Amino acid sequence: MATEKITMPQLGESVTEGTISTWLVKVGDHVNKYDPLAEVMTDKVNAEVPSSFTGTIKEIVTAEGETVAVGELICYIETEAGGTVEASAAKGEEKKETVTAQNETTDQSMKNRYSPAVFKLAQENNINLNQVNGTGRGGRITRKDIEKIISTGQTPTLSESATPAITVEKESSNNTPGPSTPQPTSQVGDIEIPVTGVRKIIAQNMVRSKTEIPHAWMMVEVDVTNLVNYRNKIKNDFKQNEGYNLTYFSFFVKAVAQALKKFPQLNSTWAGDKIIQRKDINLSIAVAKDQELFVPVIKNADEKSIKGIAREINDLAQKARNNKLTTNDMQGGTFTVNNTGSFGSVQSMGVINHPQAAILQIESIVKKPVIIDNMFAARDMVNLCLSLDHRILDGLICGQFLAYVKETLETMNENTVQVY
Amino acid sequence: MPVMSYIQAVTSALREEMQRDEKVFVLGEDVGRKGGVFKATEGLYNEFGEYRVLDTPLAESAIAGVGIGAAMYGMRPVAEMQFADFIMPAVNQIISEAARIRYRSNNDWDCPIVIRAPYGGGVHGALYHSQSVEAIFANQPGLKIVMPSTPYDVKGLLKAAIRDNDPVLFFEHKRAYRLLKGEVPEEDYVLPIGKADVKREGSDITVITYGLCVHFALQAAEKLAEEGIDAHILDLRTIYPLDKEAIIEAAKKTGKVLLVTEDNKEGSIIGEVAAIIAENCLFDLDAPVQRLAGPDVPSMPYAPTMEKFFMMNPDKIEKAMRELAEF
Repeated sequence: MATEKITMPQLGESVTEGTISTWLVKVGDHVNKYDPLAEVMTDKVNAEVPSSFTGTIKEIVTAEGETVAVGELICYIETEAGGTVEASAAKGEEKKETVTAQNETTDQSMKNRYSPAVFKLAQENNINLNQVNGTGRGGRITRKDIEKIISTGQTPTLSESATPAITVEKESSNNTPGPSTPQPTSQVGDIEIPVTGVRKIIAQNMVRSKTEIPHAWMMVEVDVTNLVNYRNKIKNDFKQNEGYNLTYFSFFVKAVAQALKKFPQLNSTWAGDKIIQRKDINLSIAVAKDQELFVPVIKNADEKSIKGIAREINDLAQKARNNKLTTNDMQGGTFTVNNTGSFGSVQSMGVINHPQAAILQIESIVKKPVIIDNMFAARDMVNLCLSLDHRILDGLICGQFLAYVKETLETMNENTVQVY
Repeated sequence: MPVMSYIQAVTSALREEMQRDEKVFVLGEDVGRKGGVFKATEGLYNEFGEYRVLDTPLAESAIAGVGIGAAMYGMRPVAEMQFADFIMPAVNQIISEAARIRYRSNNDWDCPIVIRAPYGGGVHGALYHSQSVEAIFANQPGLKIVMPSTPYDVKGLLKAAIRDNDPVLFFEHKRAYRLLKGEVPEEDYVLPIGKADVKREGSDITVITYGLCVHFALQAAEKLAEEGIDAHILDLRTIYPLDKEAIIEAAKKTGKVLLVTEDNKEGSIIGEVAAIIAENCLFDLDAPVQRLAGPDVPSMPYAPTMEKFFMMNPDKIEKAMRELAEF
């Protein structure tokens, strides 16, 4: 059994309402589809309302003489088919509501998009927008959110001591509370920042890497004076010809790829009862973006020229910034090179990109006094820091690997390097 | 106060103005004996006679031309275009003569004519009985364009239009004629031309629209109020020249603005409203200014499904309002 609605039909151009002059049926009557139900009078025509269903008249809603708008309910008919129309409509609504509720809680993509009104109000009232929770779509802070803060006087103001709540510091995973540690609670004035999807995945990966892999660490210092001179000499022409920068990082990636070809032990994975040595040399590079960290992959880096690598780094970084990275861009990495020098770091202990065997941090190139032939010289020096999975690798092999990378870089100059 | 339909308010304004001033007369196709195809001039022929309620030939250019000539000689003609769609043959008269004459003659001449025309769709009128033509006239200084949304506004604004010393285009939504009813005072009153009107106070989003869409927006606003979304609704009432002050004030009130028209989107009057907001309200805006309008399709189709696709309705407005509120 199903209850269907009969509504006032549109009985002509510009007719918007009708008056029921006579009901031709009464409650309990059986009607066939197209049987007349009632006579209706409009200011243009008199007409009969036909039934749209076969069934029994259940309830007459509009009395004789009453005027109702087109589309309004006039009576209910009970039909044989199952499921009421209204009920299903109601269910649809419920579903929609829960979906929007979920969206609100997870999506924070609009959190840092500020409208002119929000900017102006925040500035005038000295409100730190980083500490405001938005109620708009994607976590956007709305003008109303700010107005509410102003009117209630609970102003999270800009203070010098306020540190960015999220940093790209990888070691933070150490502090991730285990199941036994009690959940920290926030005090009055603290700001709670919901953990978004990407941040959650970063956290999981870091914890996994640090708890599963026994990290060991070593560092070499490399003299890249010749490389610096060479690169400075050609970088402007390169930029002009190719349209993107010839970064130092491209040279380092190239050197690492070559070294991995010679020391495939570092290009491997711990697989419980065996070690899998990878044939392809696919280098993951870490790209930081706002509060997220991506590791897209340069595939078969050993087969590419320095120009090809520079181009790919440029493309991947662009994609990361524009949220265009695909799963394919992020898959298949066998070893990670991390450009920590770009933040000015001179020494760092990277967390291995699970399940790879090692990660190499390329630090800042710094001018330093160095003794050559018992004389001081001003040289461009760079630290390379390697974190290694001690299950797979030992100091000896890694030392050899680093020495090889060091030698490759130190001999890179005008005569030995082919950019193209 | 008596309750009147939108079209009864038209008739009552015409009757009262004809009683008040004998220079006021009506002309148009079938406006006399028949009382107009929509019955807007019903009873006027019997009351005022054939010299003040003129049945004209099927020639819109002549209806406008005769009216303009009479107006320049001191009469107060109210010309009816049977459908706004048919105003096209009269465009030259309206724009090149009526709109220009005061400027062209350095104030020696004026042209106090009112041209009434039913516009808009949603009545299965198809291509030539559904159009919105206001944008064609909305950049012609010298003209005024009034598009009321309620019976109360119809009476007050039509009287004001008749008493105005310059040409006024008075567009009435034909679907509103019998759909909209409201209280209308029996006594004489006029409403100012060029002034918009707040039809609903609200604090979450601002909807700016005119004509029948005001009614739809109000319906949508009532529904959204149940969800806690509080809409501010501004009725432009006069769409040329626009009430800039009221537009700016309404936009600044919430910083989230939805503009609605039944007209085709591109080049419609709400584009001009958006420009006014962009020029004046940047630092109060909390969302991109949104336009909800008909598709850029030549005209409203006859097929009911296609007509529904083209025509504005409360559901479309409600959806756009909710999206803006959630932004």
